[in-house]
Amino acid sequence: MAENSDISAEARRTWMGLLARVPHDALEDAWTKAALSPKFEWLRRPEVGGVMIQGRTGGTGAPFNLGEMTVTRCSLALQSGPIGHGYVQGRSKSAAEIAALVDALMQTGSADQVKDRVIDPLMRQMNDTKSARAAKAAATKVEFFTMVRGEDT
Amino acid sequence: MYVAVKGGEKAIENAHAWLAEERRGAIDVAELSLAQIREQLSLAVNRVMAEGSLFDPDLAALAIKQARGDLIEAIFLIRAYRTTLPRFGYSVPVETGKMACDRRISATFKDAPGGQVLGPTFDYTHRLLDFKLAAEGEVASAPEALPRTNPTPHITEFLTGEGIIQDEPPSDATPGDLTREPMEFPSNRPLRLQSLTRGDEGFVLGMAYSTQRGYARNHAFVGELRIGKVEVQMDIPELGFAIDIGEIELTECETVNQFKGSKTEPPQFTRGYGLVFGQSERKSIAMALVDRALRWKELGEDNMGAPAQDEEFVLSHADNIQATGFLEHIKLPHYVDFQSELELVRKLRREAEERVTMKEAAE
Repeated sequence: MAENSDISAEARRTWMGLLARVPHDALEDAWTKAALSPKFEWLRRPEVGGVMIQGRTGGTGAPFNLGEMTVTRCSLALQSGPIGHGYVQGRSKSAAEIAALVDALMQTGSADQVKDRVIDPLMRQMNDTKSARAAKAAATKVEFFTMVRGEDT
Repeated sequence: MYVAVKGGEKAIENAHAWLAEERRGAIDVAELSLAQIREQLSLAVNRVMAEGSLFDPDLAALAIKQARGDLIEAIFLIRAYRTTLPRFGYSVPVETGKMACDRRISATFKDAPGGQVLGPTFDYTHRLLDFKLAAEGEVASAPEALPRTNPTPHITEFLTGEGIIQDEPPSDATPGDLTREPMEFPSNRPLRLQSLTRGDEGFVLGMAYSTQRGYARNHAFVGELRIGKVEVQMDIPELGFAIDIGEIELTECETVNQFKGSKTEPPQFTRGYGLVFGQSERKSIAMALVDRALRWKELGEDNMGAPAQDEEFVLSHADNIQATGFLEHIKLPHYVDFQSELELVRKLRREAEERVTMKEAAE
């Protein structure tokens, strides 16, 4: 079923991926601050399940099953029509609900407002965390220098 | 004959009440929170996730608390919980080449593009107890430098071009899944890797060490070891495309092994592979060594009769939950079994004594 063909898959993939990965408390904080409470109906109530993660032999070869992770998902429809899907890592029904509401609202006239108040701050937060780790990693990079050894001639 | 024995309910109930009290320990000592376990015992959390085969740090922390720090008991709790989860699906294979690396080292190439990044390692510490940790205190923040923005390429990429290292051509084959069908022998590499990554760290380490000591020696170097976060993607049917559904920490180890060539393969370097949840460096190196030893048949090597070459031996004994289940069951009541053993031994002794008496009488 193709939904909302006017919204690019790439844009939706970006915000859904962000909502899935951010810490639940950060998502809940951002949502509370945004002070939005759209009316909606459940299509699929939040449920916790497992996803089997795959790797590849040698990093690039044949797939193998590495182990599972917990995921919570749900789907809902806003009263105005748009359908939102929420997928979040871990076990939080409230985070999945917020993710689905944000996904749905991003398909409405409120998209700019939601992007401004929820998506952008969360994206900044994720990027800051990521670059702080990368900066610490960079500080542990070995700078080799060569000692010249042997007879003076 | 099977005789059911009733009783013991009260004793069991009281034993569990005492267990809860002992788990809490002295009440004048602050209780551990799950966040404390998750943040400060993170390598224990990682081990429970890897061998419990479920990536969820909060659940692993809970299991460790409930198990009083007995990690195999905690792994047992996670495995039991895992079976209650509906399976939403399988992820797209993770791309470790795009890992945001906290650590990335190579023992074979000093000047590897991307550099030797040590990360938060125990290596080069002096393994002297640090009594400063016994006192509470602030930790200074770690130094920072200009972060790398590009992904760090896999080191083996630079060798595959030359054809001097065995290639790992991509495929879309559907791998078997141990959580769905029990292991059968002969097995295959994807199933072996699934079994090893959730295998007991101590067992896999012992097996790997045996290959280094000469039992199926295969001269492994750590071509690359990397630790960091990768995104996990899954196809979402209702959307018609894949999205990130999370981000996990992984340790990946690729060994480069000397290989003189065989009837089927030219002389080249071969590879062993380890990929484990969390920061699990020792386990991932061990996994790579055992993976390589188990590949003797496909590489046309000789079977040296070494334990690490015997996939049935290795894979049937790597799982600590299966092992502990069978091992520990012998402490549970076996009164009836033992009663019959007792009678058998008494009978044999009686018969032996009678034979001696008859022999003496005849003389």
